[in-house]
Amino acid sequence: MEELRLTFKKEIDIKLEADVITPDTFAGKTAEEIENLSVWQGPNSVPLGEFFEVEGKTGATAEETLIRIIGDAYRVKQIGAEMSAGRIEIEGSAGMRVGAGMKGGELVVFGNADSWAGMEMEGGLLHIKGDAGDHVGCAYRGAWHGMKGGRIVIDGSARHQLGGGMDGGEILVGGSVRHFCGIHQNGGLIAVRGGAFRGVGVEMNGGTIVICGKIERFSPGFELTGTESGLSFGELEYEGEFKKFTGDYAVSKRAKGVLYAGAAKNPEL
Amino acid sequence: MTGTIVIKNGHVFDPLNELNGDVLDIFIRDGKVVRELSPADMKAAKVIDARGMTVMPGGVDSHSHVAGAKVNAGRQMRPEDHYKTNTLKTDLTHSGSGYTVPSVYKQGYDYAAMGYTTVFEAAVPPLEARHTHEEMRATPLLDMGGYLVLGNNWFLMRYLKEGDFEKAAAYVAWMMKTHKTYGIKCVNPAGVENWGWGKNINNLDQANIHFEMTPREMIKGLTEVNEMLGMPMPLHLHANNLGHPGCCEITRESLKIPAPVRARQKIDVEWAETKIDPSRDRSVYLTHLMFNSFAGTSWRDCESGVKGIADYINSTDHVVIDSGCTPFGEATVMTGDGPAIHDLYTLTGNKWSNTDIELECGSGVIPFTYLKSNPVHSLQWAMGLETLLLIKDPWKTIMTTDSPNGGPFTKYPEVMTWIMSEAYRKQTFGECHKWANDRTELGGVNRELSLYDLAILTRANPAKTIGMAHRKGSLGVGADGDVTVYDLDPQTLNPDNYEELLRGFRQAAYTVKGGEIVAKAGEIVAVPEKRTYYSEVHVEAAREKEMLADVKEWFRYYTIGFANYPTPEKYLENPTPIQVNQES
Repeated sequence: MEELRLTFKKEIDIKLEADVITPDTFAGKTAEEIENLSVWQGPNSVPLGEFFEVEGKTGATAEETLIRIIGDAYRVKQIGAEMSAGRIEIEGSAGMRVGAGMKGGELVVFGNADSWAGMEMEGGLLHIKGDAGDHVGCAYRGAWHGMKGGRIVIDGSARHQLGGGMDGGEILVGGSVRHFCGIHQNGGLIAVRGGAFRGVGVEMNGGTIVICGKIERFSPGFELTGTESGLSFGELEYEGEFKKFTGDYAVSKRAKGVLYAGAAKNPEL
Repeated sequence: MTGTIVIKNGHVFDPLNELNGDVLDIFIRDGKVVRELSPADMKAAKVIDARGMTVMPGGVDSHSHVAGAKVNAGRQMRPEDHYKTNTLKTDLTHSGSGYTVPSVYKQGYDYAAMGYTTVFEAAVPPLEARHTHEEMRATPLLDMGGYLVLGNNWFLMRYLKEGDFEKAAAYVAWMMKTHKTYGIKCVNPAGVENWGWGKNINNLDQANIHFEMTPREMIKGLTEVNEMLGMPMPLHLHANNLGHPGCCEITRESLKIPAPVRARQKIDVEWAETKIDPSRDRSVYLTHLMFNSFAGTSWRDCESGVKGIADYINSTDHVVIDSGCTPFGEATVMTGDGPAIHDLYTLTGNKWSNTDIELECGSGVIPFTYLKSNPVHSLQWAMGLETLLLIKDPWKTIMTTDSPNGGPFTKYPEVMTWIMSEAYRKQTFGECHKWANDRTELGGVNRELSLYDLAILTRANPAKTIGMAHRKGSLGVGADGDVTVYDLDPQTLNPDNYEELLRGFRQAAYTVKGGEIVAKAGEIVAVPEKRTYYSEVHVEAAREKEMLADVKEWFRYYTIGFANYPTPEKYLENPTPIQVNQES
């Protein structure tokens, strides 16, 4: 795999819409050609080379291309959007919509990710080593179908509406989540090692949510169906006792969503 | 010289002049079709060489939801409809976004790039006329007009109940002028009023709440008023019980109501030269027939009821329909039929909106996706095509998708290709649910429409039906210089090669508007001014005065003052009134 490095030349004020930063777009291009790719900054279209030092080389195809972003890309949006193969490593944090609509390949964020990471993702792996913002793997505003496939791993915590409208794939959170985790979920798996605040699984119709820690305010439309000891989903293992619920019956009598809550942390449920 | 052009050597399809692929040159001078150009004009004229191409009058869409409060409600409630479909601004054109409910600019450009030059808004609630005109004015390139929703109007229900047709006619005349609208639209007659009380109407002789009016009385009354006034277009009917299994019965019965009423179009206009009589001969124009043609008793046993309605339409001469085809994919359903939207919400659980328009009407919006895997959606696809293929006389049919209800107008090329190519229908049968074949007659239909037929369904007939054939829908001398040149060679055209048809229809080689090339292979190259048409209907001053006394009395029930009610002409670009019912 060939490596291409983007190093920041200057501090970015107005955020960049950098959906060109993908192995698919970069593959087969020289550093100079990549410097000349345009990104939107506010109302202006500006060459990528204005903001980044471009070094190294790309592979002939996306599969053979690694893009390494050196520095904090918190003001660079849409990195890796719709990428289908190859690899991106962001050594700092990533801006909004990192990996949005991603179809394949791997994207690693060593720092934190801003909101909408992995929005409507279809395949591949998005690994966020720090924390993530709102709407991870979520449907776009107004849409009812979010992530369809692939896997998002967040080592830290995420905020609101993680996995909103999710149809398939997996979102694995090492820390905790805030409000409305798995809202409108139709399929797929959301597994959270820590706790959640409120609105977990509201309006879900299918799919599975696991919250190992404390759920502060439990959603009213779920019914307890029993307890299970130790959960496994493929190679994923979650130890301990879980209370199993189905719902959300607030939206449909035939809802097929499954919600596991860690028994030890949720004695009152 | 702008507006002067020669379109040379093309195969011309102009049904109103019985031109069926004849190779000839079309001359346009100062925006109008002329017999020939003087040598001096020839020197200044632009020339399009259309050798081996198909030349038709500019496309006319007689039923599309393109402007006004409910289209805008669709835009507002569907950000997801916009974020993946957008176009950049250029030196000439605005930016835009939206797939099923595009922004006004994008809408105009997209229509023009497909070869359309005239589009009429299907439903203007009177109170929203100003908003509708603001959007029509902002929609580039298209000549437009709008139909006023009057099927549940308090004043008309009252007058028609009292049998006071003179005052009802005076009211319609005044409303057309006041709101700068073009014709009478009648949506779920008498039923939308009931929806204000959480109810609907499901048979033609059920009286509604308070007004005690039945759908039959509304349809009969409005048809008679329409012809008393000599309106340019027939009563534009969206029948009751729309979208319910079994609704085909009420639709067929509704179409019988206007049968005794003779069409009488009394408009004072300069007529372009045509071989076929371009004046209107129908007394009812039923819209989106597909949605009104379900047979059966539930969504489990429903099937196509198009055949029965088509048989009736084939046996009579007073009906014209548009199809309301559903070409699969994303749609935004929007209608003045509030209860129909609520029914779709209970079916889908999607986000939805409903609005009550005070004394006048109602409306609703809901996003919808037509899936090939879904049995009912597949049935609807086949039924839409049946409406255009089972009705024998193309002069009784108009191709639409009830955009964006069945799908956006940008899907017209698919619909055009399905009706022209059995091979394309077979290909789609193979991809969609078997109900499309099992529960309709479409599989047994081998009719393939010709380019001539297509020119009737998308140009000549919509123009003739709505009373615009005096200047639209033909290339006769005196007609507007609106021309579509498709890169399709009629001499080598093979309907089995449907990819070729799709390619040709998706992007006109040239769209000419008022003698000026506005789009070339999908790119907008000029944005000349447009016109907005409305009916200026004349009635006796004494009648109008009597009627206005009633209107002013009841205006206390409105949330706005009487003086703020009208839409002034300044809201229209190049307001072009059509004089109706003028004493000669």
